[in-house]
Amino acid sequence: MRRSKYEARPPQAGGPGLKTSAMIASLGTEGLPTKPAPFGHTLCELARQRDDIVGMTADLSKYTDLYPFAEAFPDRFFQMGMAEQVLFSAAAGMAREGFTVFATTYAVFASRRAYDFICMAIAEESLNVKIVAALPGLTTGYGPSHQATEDLAIFRGLPNLTIVDPCDATEIEQATAAIADHQGPVYMRLLRGNVANVLADYGYRFELGKAKLLRDGGDVLFVSTGFMTLRVLEAAKRLAKDSVDCAVLHVPTIKPLDTAAIVEAAGRPGRLVVVAENHTVVGGLGEGVARTLLTEGVTPRFRQIGLPDAFLDAGALPTLHDRYGLSVDAVCASVRAWLD
Amino acid sequence: MSSASPHRQSNVSLEERAYRIRRYAVRMGEVQGQGYVGQALGVADVLAVAYFHALRYRPDEPEWDGRDRFYLSIGHYAIALYAAMIEAGILPENELESYGGDDSRLPMSGMAAYTPGMEITGGSLGQGLGIAVGGALALRLKGSQSFIYNMLSDGELGEGSTWEAAQSAAHHGLDNLIAIVDFNNQQADGPSTQMLSAEPLEAKWAAFGWHCQRVDGNDIEAVRAAFDAARACREKKPRIVICDTRMCKGVPFLEARDKTHFIRVEPDEWALALQALDEGKPR
Repeated sequence: MRRSKYEARPPQAGGPGLKTSAMIASLGTEGLPTKPAPFGHTLCELARQRDDIVGMTADLSKYTDLYPFAEAFPDRFFQMGMAEQVLFSAAAGMAREGFTVFATTYAVFASRRAYDFICMAIAEESLNVKIVAALPGLTTGYGPSHQATEDLAIFRGLPNLTIVDPCDATEIEQATAAIADHQGPVYMRLLRGNVANVLADYGYRFELGKAKLLRDGGDVLFVSTGFMTLRVLEAAKRLAKDSVDCAVLHVPTIKPLDTAAIVEAAGRPGRLVVVAENHTVVGGLGEGVARTLLTEGVTPRFRQIGLPDAFLDAGALPTLHDRYGLSVDAVCASVRAWLD
Repeated sequence: MSSASPHRQSNVSLEERAYRIRRYAVRMGEVQGQGYVGQALGVADVLAVAYFHALRYRPDEPEWDGRDRFYLSIGHYAIALYAAMIEAGILPENELESYGGDDSRLPMSGMAAYTPGMEITGGSLGQGLGIAVGGALALRLKGSQSFIYNMLSDGELGEGSTWEAAQSAAHHGLDNLIAIVDFNNQQADGPSTQMLSAEPLEAKWAAFGWHCQRVDGNDIEAVRAAFDAARACREKKPRIVICDTRMCKGVPFLEARDKTHFIRVEPDEWALALQALDEGKPR
C-alpha cells in the first residue's frame, strides 16, 4: 500500500540507516576481490582482433563501461545521444551492413523505451546486435525509474533473442567474447565499475547456453543467475556451518535455458529447489525453471528468491537487498525458514 | 554481371514505367479484393523515378554490395514496391498472383526475410529512418559510395522516433542519406493534417539540419530533378524530398473517393480501374 506523500516515511525496524549512493556506483562487493570495467576492457581486446566490432551508446559510455572502447577506437564508437529509439534502430542498420554492434544503455531504457525497436528492427531479422544493459534488476537505489526489475520478463518473450545474466568479472569477460562470436541478437545484463571477481576460483568457464554446477550438496539446490550466484555461494558457506548442505547450479544464460542441466539437478530427490534471481518473481528465471520442471514431471519442493511484484523503494542498496530478500543474510533466513 | 544502372539507357520512359507499376499494383489489389491500392497508385511516379532513374542496383543480384539501399519504412506500401520491383526485373511477374496469400514471398506488409530486394522489415511506423541512420553510418565507415534511400509517409512524421532519427542524421552529417516522404495526406482515421499535423514541413526539416525539397510527387520531371539535386548536393547534410501525391492517381473514379487508406473496390471495378489506366497511358 502506498502511503500519502505528505506523511513521513518511518524508518523500518532493523534498517541500517544508510544513504543512497550514487547511481553509478559499483554494486557492493563486500570485501570480495574486484576487477575494473571488465566489459569495456574485454571489448577492446576483441576489437583489436576484429575490425567488424563497433560500439554505440545513448549518452552512457561512462556508466556502461564502454568508455575504454570509445577511447581506444574513436572511429568505431558512435555516440547517439540521449535517444534510445535511434540507438537501437541505427544499431540494426549497422548490423545489416555486416558490423557486430555492441549497443549500451541502462536496462530500463532498453527494455521499456526501446522495446519495439529491439523487437522489430533487431530481433525479427536476427541481426548481430549485442545489447549490453547496465543497472539490471535492483542494482541502484534510485527507485523504479532506474530499477529494471522486469527486464528479463520483457525480453524472455522475444523470439531469436539470447539473454545472458553474468555474475562476476570473470564471467563478464568470457561472456563478452562468447556473445561477440555468437551470430544473432543478445541481451546481456551488465555489472559495471569495480566488479566482484570470484568465479575464477572455481575454475569456471562460461559457455553460452550452459548451466554450471559450482557446488554440490544434499539439502538445498540453489538455481541462480546474475550476481545472486555470488550471494547464494556465500549463503551456502554460512548454511554449511549449520549443517545445511547446499548445491549451486549457476544459470547465466536465461534464454535459451539449459533445461537438461536444470532437470537433471532438480530431479535428484530430497532437495529443496530455490531459484534465486535479481529480478521480479514474475516472468524471470524462476518461472522458466518451474515451467521446465512441470513439463518434465519433476516436482521437488520449490521456492523463489526474487523481487516482489511491486515498484520498489528508493534507498541504499544494502538496505533494499535486505528488505527484498537478496542479501546473504536474507537468503540464509529464507532457506532456514523453508527448511523448518 | 549486369550493369549498376540497367534501366537508364532504356527507351522506356519514366511515365511508361509509372503506368506499368500502377497496372501491377491494381492487379495485386484485385488478388486481395481491397487494400493499399490508393497508396500504390499515388506513389507510382516517385517509385518510377527511384527505380528507373536514381537508384544503382543489379536486378539479378539484389544483395550486390555496391547497390543503393532502398528502405521502405511503410510496410503496407509493399504492394507498390513489389510492383516497382516486378517492373525492374527483381521479382518475377508471375508471383503477383500470390500477393498477400499463405506462404507467399509477397506479404501484405513488407518484410526483409520474405522478399528479394526488400531491404528492411517495415510496418512498425517510425523505425525506418533510424535504421537508415545506422545504414548510412555503416556505409561511411566502410568507405562505400552507395546511398541509403528511406521512403516514409506523412503519417510516420507523427512518430517521435522519426524526429530522433532526423536529429541524429543531421548531427552525424549523413550526406549519403536521402529520405523521401510520400505526402498523400491520408491516414487510417482521415487526413494526416487533421490527425497530427507536421506542418510547416520544409521549415521543420530545414531547422533539423536537412537539405529539404518539396515537389509535386505526381510530376515526374519535378521528382527527377529533386532526386538529382538531393544526390548532387555538396553540403554535408542528410537530404529529404517531400513528395505531395494524390491517392489513387490515374484512376479517376477511385481518386474521387473519400476514405482511401484501405480502399474497398467492388469486384467489377478492377477491370474498370485497369481500363482507366490504359486510357491514361502515356504515348
